[in-house]
Amino acid sequence: MEEAPHGCPGVDSAQAGRGASCQGCPNQRLCASGAGAAPDPAVEEIKEKMKTVKHRILVLSGKGGVGKSTFSAHLAHGLAEDGDIQVALLDIDICGPSIPKIMGLEGEQDGESHCVKPSSLDTISDDVTRVYSDKNDYHVPTGSPEWLRLVSSGELAFLYVEDNLGVMSVGFLLSSPDDAVIWRGPKKNGLSLCSSGMIKQFLRDVDWGDVDYLIVDTPPGTSDEHLSVVQYLAAAHIDGAVILTTPQEVALQDVRKEISFCHKVKLPIIGVVENMSGFICPKCKKESQIFPPTTGGAEAMCQDLKIPLLGKVPLDPLIGKSCDKGQSFFVEAPDSPATAAYRSIMQRIQEFCNSRQSHNENLISP
Amino acid sequence: MEAVAEPGNLADVRNIILVLSGKGGVGKSTISTELALALRHQGKKVGILDVDLCGPSIPHMLRAQGKAVHQCDHGWVPVFVDQEQSISLMSVGFLLENPDEAVVWRGPKKHALIKQFVSDVAWGELDYLVVDTPPGTSDEHMATVEALRPYGPLGALVVTTPQAVSVGDVRRELTFCRKTGLQVIGLIENMSGFACPHCAECTNVFSKGGGEELAQLAGVPFLGSVPLDPQLTRSLEEGRDFIQEFPKSAAYSALSSIAQKVLHRMPALLS
Repeated sequence: MEEAPHGCPGVDSAQAGRGASCQGCPNQRLCASGAGAAPDPAVEEIKEKMKTVKHRILVLSGKGGVGKSTFSAHLAHGLAEDGDIQVALLDIDICGPSIPKIMGLEGEQDGESHCVKPSSLDTISDDVTRVYSDKNDYHVPTGSPEWLRLVSSGELAFLYVEDNLGVMSVGFLLSSPDDAVIWRGPKKNGLSLCSSGMIKQFLRDVDWGDVDYLIVDTPPGTSDEHLSVVQYLAAAHIDGAVILTTPQEVALQDVRKEISFCHKVKLPIIGVVENMSGFICPKCKKESQIFPPTTGGAEAMCQDLKIPLLGKVPLDPLIGKSCDKGQSFFVEAPDSPATAAYRSIMQRIQEFCNSRQSHNENLISP
Repeated sequence: MEAVAEPGNLADVRNIILVLSGKGGVGKSTISTELALALRHQGKKVGILDVDLCGPSIPHMLRAQGKAVHQCDHGWVPVFVDQEQSISLMSVGFLLENPDEAVVWRGPKKHALIKQFVSDVAWGELDYLVVDTPPGTSDEHMATVEALRPYGPLGALVVTTPQAVSVGDVRRELTFCRKTGLQVIGLIENMSGFACPHCAECTNVFSKGGGEELAQLAGVPFLGSVPLDPQLTRSLEEGRDFIQEFPKSAAYSALSSIAQKVLHRMPALLS
């Protein structure tokens, strides 16, 4: 990442804490100490922990609202239709976790004393550097927040929507659906500063059990969450990323950035899914393009960047409805063209994963 | 680089509007762009600050991609998107050398950049500064609110789509506003209903009414519903002025009524 514009050299760079852009950065001293560059023992732990997880799939998009959570949820539902396959769905969208709602689990979490509220907002009016340098162990003095303790003790383990489909979401940890999680970067990713970052905890302390497919639903963007989850999962080998987009150029331009990010961190790309691709009027059955692919849509982008297009999923009002109701769209609308599209995409993902089964090289050089 | 905020740069900005949403892809940039265009048609001088560091869309929507940002004595000179110089724009998109480059900046760095964006852009005199934000309630948001707070009448427009899943995220966003003391000018429901161009049948692609319900529940004003309109998406794709070109469309009347409400409401915030 040395070439990042106006750039932070990155915590693992030789320039960490020494670059011109590090001047004034609250992390400068820590980075300069080299602590960030040292191999993170958690990576090994996660690798060990995750040995029981066969395939790990990241669902990514540079753009928000293109259907990552919808897709992740349906991929999980679809894979779990085979009763012999164990599926785990992990939702790390810290700011907008939708998975509990889509999987029909909202309100399932124990909302009483088990939930830790977002760290006090008083800190934001203080000098922000303080938040980074002094208050990185959340607001819980022991450095082991209550909910993390619960996660590791198994009290907040996966919630099962089917016998073979478990769900874990940061949404379970919010005390009310109105709560905003406003953790800042270093708190969120737990990279160099925060030894008990949330995502790392998820990956390290969750009792995975024997899982065939782990699907990770991510927040939009190429931000901290991505970096950390990719970094941690990389040690245990991610099979690859499925990248979601919608047909318009304004979405594609963000998605291209996401793809360049994948290349940067050497994350294999399983392929691209174009969502909301055309709408068939339920009355006259004619198709219209609500989000017109003015630059050729995902198809042209994939050709251009030489990555596979896994398929196009048309807009179907029933998809949104079943997400709102927390039900599987496949069950609700088995005959929809969208269901057919999903199924064919799913099959390609499974084929990809199976062909990589024996793949065993380190995907990210430290 | 921690240039002490030059009070001068925002001193002549009369109103600041943050466009927020807990949810991505609901149309924040669309609303920001169209609101700016609508305000411009009302004869206002408007600036747009695009704080979406990971996915800046506004330069594309205003056909300003690739424009260069120049320096002057007072800081960065925003890019004017029209010849009359009635809309000026500052976006991180202008600072990227390669448009496909991912911005993988971490918290503290983002914060520094936003601070610089807020204090170092020579906006000059503006009636409205519209600030487009990335989805969520994270670093960018806190940094933006903190950095703008000293500059006076500051309100938020919260955008949602009608589905419960999106409304859920936006509820959290409203909590964010309350906790940070940010006044909510109102809630806008976007992508509400699609009129089939073939048979005119209106389908609620993403269901309907969630925004208004939420506004009532949360006790914030509801400013209106903007229907899905391929003409609108196309205009934004091609960087054209929708407000000027499609005055007969349903999305137009929704957008201009929202702009009217914003115009009438902002002065009330002053008192």
